[in-house]
Amino acid sequence: MDGRRVSRAVPRVRQVGFFTPNAPPQQPGPTRSQSGPPNSNSPPLSDSPASNSLSPVMIPPPRHLSDNLGARTAAVPVPGRANAGEHATVGSYNPTESVLGLESPPASRIGDGEFSEGTESSLGWYRRSNSAKFASSFPGGGFDLSPVRQPETVAAKQAKNQPPGEANKSGTPGAAASSKPVKQPSQRKDGPPVASSVAASERTVADRSAEKERKKDAPPPRMQFDDESRVGKAKRRSVLNQSEARNRVELFRHLPPHKNGTQLPHLESKFFELHEMHPAVYKVGLQYLMGDLSGGNARCIAMLQAFQEAIRDYCTPPEKTLIRDLTSKISSFVSFLIECRPLSISMGNAIRFLKNRIAKLPLVLSESEAKAALCSDIDRFINEKIVVADKVIVGHAATKIRDGDVLLTYGSSCVVEMILLYAHELGKQFHVVVVDSRPMLEGQKLLRRLVEKGLTCTYTHINAISYIMHEVTRVFLGASSILSNGTVYSRVGTASVAMVAHAFSVPVLICCEAYKFHERVQLDSICFNELGDPDAIGKVPGRADINYLDNLTEKQKENLEFLNLKYDATPSDYISVIVTDYGMIPPTSVPVIVREYRKEYLLI
Amino acid sequence: MQDIQALVNELVYKLRKRKMEGSDTSAQLTVELLRSVISQQKMSENQAASLIEAVREIGVKLIAANPVELAVGNIVRRVLHIIREEELSLMAKAVQGMGVDDEHNNGVKDNDHVAKILTRSPSLHSLLDSAKTSSNSKGKADKIANLKLKNNVLEAVNYLIEDIKICHEQIAEQALELIHQNEVVLTFGRSRTVKNFLLAATKKNRSFQVFVAEGAPKYQGHVLAKELAAKEIQTTLIADSAVFAMISRVNMVIVGVHAVMANGGVIGPVGLNMVALAAKRHAVPFVVVAGSHKLCPLYPNNPEVLLNEMRSPSELLDFGEFSDCMDHGIGNGAPLLHVANPAFDYVPPELVSLFITDMGGHNPSFIHQLISEHYSADDFNLQQHTAS
Repeated sequence: MDGRRVSRAVPRVRQVGFFTPNAPPQQPGPTRSQSGPPNSNSPPLSDSPASNSLSPVMIPPPRHLSDNLGARTAAVPVPGRANAGEHATVGSYNPTESVLGLESPPASRIGDGEFSEGTESSLGWYRRSNSAKFASSFPGGGFDLSPVRQPETVAAKQAKNQPPGEANKSGTPGAAASSKPVKQPSQRKDGPPVASSVAASERTVADRSAEKERKKDAPPPRMQFDDESRVGKAKRRSVLNQSEARNRVELFRHLPPHKNGTQLPHLESKFFELHEMHPAVYKVGLQYLMGDLSGGNARCIAMLQAFQEAIRDYCTPPEKTLIRDLTSKISSFVSFLIECRPLSISMGNAIRFLKNRIAKLPLVLSESEAKAALCSDIDRFINEKIVVADKVIVGHAATKIRDGDVLLTYGSSCVVEMILLYAHELGKQFHVVVVDSRPMLEGQKLLRRLVEKGLTCTYTHINAISYIMHEVTRVFLGASSILSNGTVYSRVGTASVAMVAHAFSVPVLICCEAYKFHERVQLDSICFNELGDPDAIGKVPGRADINYLDNLTEKQKENLEFLNLKYDATPSDYISVIVTDYGMIPPTSVPVIVREYRKEYLLI
Repeated sequence: MQDIQALVNELVYKLRKRKMEGSDTSAQLTVELLRSVISQQKMSENQAASLIEAVREIGVKLIAANPVELAVGNIVRRVLHIIREEELSLMAKAVQGMGVDDEHNNGVKDNDHVAKILTRSPSLHSLLDSAKTSSNSKGKADKIANLKLKNNVLEAVNYLIEDIKICHEQIAEQALELIHQNEVVLTFGRSRTVKNFLLAATKKNRSFQVFVAEGAPKYQGHVLAKELAAKEIQTTLIADSAVFAMISRVNMVIVGVHAVMANGGVIGPVGLNMVALAAKRHAVPFVVVAGSHKLCPLYPNNPEVLLNEMRSPSELLDFGEFSDCMDHGIGNGAPLLHVANPAFDYVPPELVSLFITDMGGHNPSFIHQLISEHYSADDFNLQQHTAS
């Protein structure tokens, strides 16, 4: 505790930007009171595997002796942790599970007992695997997602852009000394979180720089994959083999190519080399890669719980401060996850929240107290922003369902599913139309779950929406995110459904928690998207008569490309109302919520 | 007449069992059948009327076998129109011929008048008049006229067969006027007309790019993509759900359809309305290419239901996988799970920018004019027994 404060008094010039992994370590920090295993006994790791764990898009954080930490955490997960039932439902994942052999029931070790139980059961909603083949025993979860390479790259780039200036500012001693930890991590995020420093009057210096931050804060451009030099550097640093996908569509050269499941054996073998990767995070990353976990809420919760694990197992290395070191650890986890699959906006917001909480930790806390505080913060985030928010949304939306309605939904959104089941429990008589599309065919899982609960359902594919829309009274859609210009960023095909509904004057209701809102704006689906597996387009599983594209000649292969988009942007004029935990708002009110209420969750 | 009956039954069977895919094949088979019918028709008093009756009778059977295959009805009505036209032109010549023989001044005037009446487009007045005059002129030169009629009709029907065969080429000739260099085209499903259209545009070394939407649940888009790629056209295959996302970067949508209705609306593969709406939203021209045998003189009334066909749910859901869902039922035993798999989609005329037929390019509002050129009003409702 005292050690930490001592370290702050000495202004430390923080190295940001690219530098070689063999850079001399930072000036030694104080030793913290260690509650965990002894420090600096494990040999320092070689640098190369460590550097490989960084994502191609992220500028590597300063390399501390946190390598030692990694060795410790790898040794920790252990016997005595029962395999929680939910995780056994992960579809194709069992081999890795036995290897990792972990997964304690996550919230159980936190002080607030009944709170965690509540979250456990309700989290069952989100924690469903998504094995594509068998729909029966493994109900798929899910929201829609959007990939965003979020605060990491953004912040890292910002940090890179203003290296010496900020470092100097942060060196201001005195009252601003305690604000330094606030300053440093806040540089790594987009502006608004820093606005929370308004609360502390002493942090005026931080305020001013925060203002400047916010002004520059139009979210800076993300890594564009058509930038040759950066892609090259990124390739050298990545964990996964960046195979150059042949026939990438020109229009989408700026997006990262899809990483498919064939990377799995490679990653499994790499596990033992990645010493600073926590096994829980590794596991979650592999689940993303395989597509077992999909849906905005499910992914976000899984990631946060993996981070909880990692935080619990974390021990501050000697001569490091908890705040900075933990933040850099989280960043390295995030870059690994980005490599497995680009982040969704919900995940990005959650990471921002977590980093902000870390930065705000009062210095008087001991390490164990700090860790407990963070874990409970994460639980609260999950509970308030997701679980309770969903209950509120369900309550609101169920009032919009009347007897005799025909409700249409597209794909598989967990909030919409909750709404339908809740309305059914209330005894309302209605008919559901589930619209589905290739190549993901997520609607089939939703269909199965609804029929099992006794709802009358009609199933069609997206081409038939003009046919079925004559009979539909309301359309309920989920979203991965809602952007500041009211555009709904959601599973590809949502825009078409909303358009046809609009043409037939059927109201469209989007159900989305407020934590998924974002200040970004987007006009079309091209500038920002996620590319899926191109082979999924060419092959139609289950229809042997359809496989026309099996034998392609060389000439055909040269000229034929497959494009598998995962998301699209629905213009706001097709949307009638957005149901959020803040109430039912029109699409034009989204930037209001982003701006006004975003501070709220940071003040938790 | 035996073999005719057999042929008719065979075609009816094929239509009813949906063994024929596509309006082109149906049209061709129908017209060939009708040609045989006409050529084998026995000579009779009122040749035209007997021909019309024979064709109409067979036409009703064919249409009843597959009401959704509008090309069959189109061809039947075309042939009927041909017969009527030939009859009219022969009568007009005969009347004029009579006038020349008689060399009566009065007669000339009368006969001119009669000829004019005969060749005028139908109106109430002319119909009443022609009823009188036809009885006058029928007396003379019966047999020769009949033979001539049959020959003319057969000749015209042969032209019709030719037209159907080469409609693709005639449409493709217009491709170079529409597609320029570096154009980005979107198409939906697979149409032979569109394929020929696009291939024709590659002459003169114009290179352009094509996005093909796969067109579930038949996935014919895969076949088209393969064919285009083989001819070195840069092709990208996308899922149907991505059409809205991609259409903002597309210059033109070119599609083939199943049938064109009299109001300018089209019946096309399911999903076409979604594409048309997206094109309208992004102000992308929506071009329909169709041979003239697809022009249907009927106006669509509730086309989603009446002019639609439902296909098997197995194309969407695997029966084995969903067998447990089929078992669920509510109290009265009604199944909980329904599947809708329509085959066709209706696109209203407001969404169509241009029709390209073998007779040139037209607006949707012009379609009714084309129809009046090819069809007679008497034939629109084939069920009734026409007097003439």
